[in-house]
Amino acid sequence: MNNHDLLANTLVYLGAAVMAVPFAKRLGLGSVLGYLIAGIAIGPWGLALIANSLDILHFAEFGVVLLLFLIGLELNPKRLWEMRRPIFGIGTVQVVTTSLIIFIVCSLLGLPWHNALIIAMGLSLSSTAIALQSLKEKNQLSTPTGQSVFSILLFQDIAVIPMLALIPILGSNMEQSSEPLLETLKVIAVIGSIIIGGHFLTRPIFRFIAATHLREIFTAFSLLLVIGIALLMDAVGMSMALGSFLAGVILAESEYRHELEIEIEPFKGLLLGLFFISIGMTIDFGLLLDQPWLIIALVFGLLFIKLAVLIIISRAEKLPASQQGLFAFLLGQGGEFAFILFTTAVAAGALEQQWASLLFVVVALSMMTTPLLLLLNERFIEPRFLHLGGHQPADTIDDPHNPVIIAGFGRFGRTIGRLLHANKIPTTILDHNPDQIEDARRFGYRVYYGDASRLDMLRSAGAEEATLLIITVNDPDMALAITDLAQQHFSQLTILARARGMGAAMEFLKRDVSLFHIEVQESALLLAEDALKQLGYGAFHAKQMAHIFRNHEQMLLQKMYKTDALEKRIHISHMARKELTQILEADEEEQQYLHNHSWGER
Amino acid sequence: METVRTKRDKILIIFAHPYPLQSRVNRLLLQEVQDIPEIKIIDLYEKYPDFYIDTPSEQQQLITADLIIFHHPFYWYSAPAILKQWQDCVLEEGFALGKGGSALHGKKLMSTVTVGHSKRSYQLGGYDRFPIEQFLLPYEQMAIHCGMQYLTPFVVYGAHRITESEVKDQARNYRQRILNHLSETDHE
Repeated sequence: MNNHDLLANTLVYLGAAVMAVPFAKRLGLGSVLGYLIAGIAIGPWGLALIANSLDILHFAEFGVVLLLFLIGLELNPKRLWEMRRPIFGIGTVQVVTTSLIIFIVCSLLGLPWHNALIIAMGLSLSSTAIALQSLKEKNQLSTPTGQSVFSILLFQDIAVIPMLALIPILGSNMEQSSEPLLETLKVIAVIGSIIIGGHFLTRPIFRFIAATHLREIFTAFSLLLVIGIALLMDAVGMSMALGSFLAGVILAESEYRHELEIEIEPFKGLLLGLFFISIGMTIDFGLLLDQPWLIIALVFGLLFIKLAVLIIISRAEKLPASQQGLFAFLLGQGGEFAFILFTTAVAAGALEQQWASLLFVVVALSMMTTPLLLLLNERFIEPRFLHLGGHQPADTIDDPHNPVIIAGFGRFGRTIGRLLHANKIPTTILDHNPDQIEDARRFGYRVYYGDASRLDMLRSAGAEEATLLIITVNDPDMALAITDLAQQHFSQLTILARARGMGAAMEFLKRDVSLFHIEVQESALLLAEDALKQLGYGAFHAKQMAHIFRNHEQMLLQKMYKTDALEKRIHISHMARKELTQILEADEEEQQYLHNHSWGER
Repeated sequence: METVRTKRDKILIIFAHPYPLQSRVNRLLLQEVQDIPEIKIIDLYEKYPDFYIDTPSEQQQLITADLIIFHHPFYWYSAPAILKQWQDCVLEEGFALGKGGSALHGKKLMSTVTVGHSKRSYQLGGYDRFPIEQFLLPYEQMAIHCGMQYLTPFVVYGAHRITESEVKDQARNYRQRILNHLSETDHE
């Protein structure tokens, strides 16, 4: 590839990505599908703009390495250790069960057992890139579902090492280093040196480099570090992805963690995009056209087996019913490790090329289904569960006679809960975020898991006897749903609510809920007060100005909620801004007047 | 040891003005005296903009002082509202009055007020109909009730029309009164 080709290819990739991805996102298809479509469009079966797509794929696999490095950076050894049970628990179950079923199916179809084993192992793995990218896009990495997905992916990354080691044994071209002890020692030595180096060397080196004030050198060093570690891991026979993940975990406690993250992030994004594009390009539509039914049957068969196993796991793990689909669809596809495994197997003579080509198409197509399945899940499956209230079984509440119910116990609800608690007012607290509940319970609060927008939940929380319902949930729609339910069924309840913004505030006003506060308003006003004080206003004066502003906002809200038309609203807020200035000026004048006249000589 | 303790914060100025930036006269008066080492100034509106008075801390300040000055502009023939709130919170039973309430016994109280109208206006038959001492009677009686001695108030009349140099003269007078008090107590 000469220089000109390189630039031209780059142009094609970037152009395709820039055109396809925003379009796909706009249509709600997610960026992964956008990249895949871009790949198909420029690949041999589209516009045929790029020739050597397999080389590019190998290069782009490095995007996955960077992705895992970044994920490692966000974990630290302690958290990883806490996750050991899910990693080896559900991870093992998923890989072993899926492989076993695929192995049996392949054997029944008459494949030789060693072929069947390689195919089974390869297909049991999922796409780290697709699953993690989608999780990140949906902001679900830290939810229980996200954690389970992540655990399985991590286990697969570990499992791929023995799988790769097994291939030469199954193949005809035997050439394998027969000193497993030495290999293990090497791995330990490399990891040890990364731990020691990460602890003692990165800091002085980073400081030295930072002192040059050359940003690009800092970037270069960050990349050098990751690539170096990846190659080192590769050299001792570990997967690059797993190796760089471990390196990330080790560096997670370094003080340069954030700088590393910032420097690597754009490369990860671009390379990962390139990776998806290359997958799109490698789909051999010729094979698909030759044997369409066979391939479609294989894709569906693969998805069916994998999804069935995953759904069973998600049930056993007691994931919320609405999340089980997400969990399964995220992991249901074939993964990039399949490409690596099958390529290695062909090279080792353990798999025929034509099988490998066929499987490439199947895996690539199965990867394409993921964004579509996720879309279906989000549009049709998830909402159904949410409306049926099919969440994880709610807790039973054993003291339902408290006068106060707090719905939502995040940072906002917690402050209210603490103040009430300090005044010895018994409260029943509901929350539907397991993480928050875990935290709050650790500090001795009685928090119950449950969806407060469900009638039976409110009832069992004692809504029929309580006097106050304090709604502090994050989701504005949910807050309104709870309000509606409570007003309909428990009219004796006084509702107090946290409004996320002016829009939510107006919705509360429409429902005759007047005891609400706009969440960021108070802290913003306090800060504004401080600003006035810094500018020389007296403390009392500044507070008074904030009061005037607050009252004015309140009045504005009253006016606005009556007019729904957007244009009118904008007009009102324009007028209001004028008015506020006038009020503030008038207040200023009043003071001057008071000052100059009322006590002056007449 | 004893002398060091009595030297510190012997004079406590309780200052109340909601808009100190707009108070030329009061600011100059305070500036003139604030460098006297025995003086401690408490700006009530600055310290308690939401009127939540820290009673124990205020009482503690009073205990070490021997001259207490209520320094404020004259609003509606009285002090700005926060001083009343301060009185109601701080001068409570068991501290300033009632059983065991002798914390202020033997101390001195003085009012420093700035008024808009002239001295001519504050007299019988004048625009404000009474001399200023009459309007300050509640403070005088409060002092007596708490076992304190009430001093002649320091009054700046015509605060809105007064010229810069006149204010400075008054400020010097203010300082002198405080210094006189200090030397008196040293003789005792």
